[in-house]
Amino acid sequence: MAEDRRGDAGDDRSAGDPVADAFADGPAFVPYLAVGDPDYESSLAYVEALAEGGADVIELGLPFSEPIAEGPTIQNAVARALEAGMTPTRFFEFVEDLDVDVPLVCMTYYNLIYQFGSGQGPRPFVERAAEVGISGFVVPDLPAEEAGPLREACDEFGLHLISIVAPTTDKERLEKLVEVSSGYVYVQARLGVTGASSSVSDRTGESLARLSDVDLPKAVGFGISSGEQAATIVEAGADGIIVGSALVDIVAEGHERGESTEAVADRLETKARELKRGALDGYGRRTPAPEGTSD
Amino acid sequence: MSSEGERSGTGGDGGEWIAAGDGKFGRYGGQYVPEALMPAIEELTDAYERYVLNNEDGFMDEFRRRIREFGGRPTPLQRADRLSERYDTEVYLKREDLLHGGAHKLNNALGQVLLAKYMGKERIIAETGAGQHGTATAMAAAHLDMPCEVYMGERDINRQRPNVFRMKINGSEVTPVTTGRGTLKEAISETMRDWATNVEDTHYVIGSVVGPHPFPKMVRDFQALISEEAREQAIERTGDLPDSVVACAGGGSNTMGAFHEFVGDGSVDLFAVEAGGSSLAVDEEEGVAPNSASLSTGSEGVLHGARTKLLQDHDGQIVESHSVSSGLDYAGVGPELAYLVDEGRVTPVNVDDDAAIEGFHRLSQEEGIIPALESAHALAYLHEQHEELGEVTVVNVSGRGDKDLESVIEETTRRDVPNAPDMSMFEGGL
Repeated sequence: MAEDRRGDAGDDRSAGDPVADAFADGPAFVPYLAVGDPDYESSLAYVEALAEGGADVIELGLPFSEPIAEGPTIQNAVARALEAGMTPTRFFEFVEDLDVDVPLVCMTYYNLIYQFGSGQGPRPFVERAAEVGISGFVVPDLPAEEAGPLREACDEFGLHLISIVAPTTDKERLEKLVEVSSGYVYVQARLGVTGASSSVSDRTGESLARLSDVDLPKAVGFGISSGEQAATIVEAGADGIIVGSALVDIVAEGHERGESTEAVADRLETKARELKRGALDGYGRRTPAPEGTSD
Repeated sequence: MSSEGERSGTGGDGGEWIAAGDGKFGRYGGQYVPEALMPAIEELTDAYERYVLNNEDGFMDEFRRRIREFGGRPTPLQRADRLSERYDTEVYLKREDLLHGGAHKLNNALGQVLLAKYMGKERIIAETGAGQHGTATAMAAAHLDMPCEVYMGERDINRQRPNVFRMKINGSEVTPVTTGRGTLKEAISETMRDWATNVEDTHYVIGSVVGPHPFPKMVRDFQALISEEAREQAIERTGDLPDSVVACAGGGSNTMGAFHEFVGDGSVDLFAVEAGGSSLAVDEEEGVAPNSASLSTGSEGVLHGARTKLLQDHDGQIVESHSVSSGLDYAGVGPELAYLVDEGRVTPVNVDDDAAIEGFHRLSQEEGIIPALESAHALAYLHEQHEELGEVTVVNVSGRGDKDLESVIEETTRRDVPNAPDMSMFEGGL
């Protein structure tokens, strides 16, 4: 099992792993939304709109009351979703109700994983996630040092544990992280918390360079809000882009303005297409020009 | 007693050295934080080992000198004559309210700001509930010439204005936190976000024995001065160890400080007095616990960097806590305390808001000491259970109550407090 979850950039990709497949042909667009924001039904439509817009993997945020790694945009989304009654049990129902053909990753904080079921560790949560078709987890408050029990449960049920690599992560820590990681690596483009940004951090290229020996796809997140930024990041070598706050902003604006679910879903789909197109453009720019035509 | 695995080993220089251990207290503790913070936490763990545990570069000598000269240690262990007479027992008060700044918080704040200086950090951030930790950090930062920003819940800013003024007067920036209910829990989350953004040059002075390793141990070590002194002073005054030590418990820093040196003394009973608030029940529907009694009523979970006992609903969402005392109003507690409770070494108890207000007025009138509302919980427990505490009891008066006067006036006026003075003189506030 352990061998299967790592080093899957090669032939193993076709071995029925939807996450590996998502990164197999060109850059992956990985959007995030907080599930249940602003309500269950709208949220279903919004996630489906992202799939329509070209998402290759979707990160579904299971709201936790203390989201310490999130900036104001996602904090507010989480608060709206909790207010509207989102719970881990409802989250799993949501995943079952979704009509999308894209691998789904659950992004949440460790306490919710730990408490599910009997409160006896992460296994019941992982088991339920596997039942509803979740492919993996991103857990922002679980560094490699504490990841053992969740990694073990993920191995048992064939799910990925996706690690976040920060600009502060040095070589030694990177080795520790890779030990427990599978699926893809979430490369945090800049220090701080989540949130859309108007510029792309210079540190992205440095981070990707440090990860060059890591045999997992590298998806860059934190601060991406436009197709052009997506292009820049993919051109710099990213295997995928992760976009959260810029999409959550669309949900928040629609909610504040009282727009219809359809209107907001349309805008999400349009934004998704822009981001996916940007990623593809960046990939095109990265491909070496034919011989004799370069300057 | 504990599973710490600290002490022992031989350092690279061949001398004795003390390792920080793995940050676990039995099943509690650990390091549940975003990856971006882990290198800083590793750096801090290394600095804690070198400077605090091994006194490298004379760090602990300087800390002890400064806490003596700037802080005013040792604080007295005072016999409370009228309480002793009232309860027909020997009551001693450990007077942390006499420490500079008016609370035990300076022990830790000075220790950490000095450590940050030794580590070459350029900026201090902190969070505060009642404002005592923020005030202590602001004072320590001014004393050691470090810029300081303090996050404080908006609700607490309104409840604790004198301390907000004191922080600002010391040159610190006070940043209101408006998320959630605007109390300590939200302020801690916000400070962690700042730290995750500025981790390369900033040190986060956590205000209690909570958070990721090494904070729970390091804060305890700085606060252990309380029990180190109290133990010696009690033996000096009475010829023996006390029968019991009583301290209020929110996050648990004065509790661990007051207990640490007594943990190995099996004959000394240790009572952690939590805020029972208005009820011990949790309203899951509303996501509210009308108390802050996580040791007495909480369950195991992971919050703000550590596995510990928490107030949470059955899904693991953290519920809003409550106490008449802002300083106890927190949904978690230090992992070492959770461990010592499980081991049966510390007894968790609680008193309600009404009893705490009565305790506040009692000490003010009978001993001429205006205690912090936090400490009033410990005094209320003494009042309720003095017959069970043995012949000699030490109560930790963790801080003074000046900061709480507005709250006390408001809370006393709207309830029937049998031992309160005539409150009509305070109509319209202070």
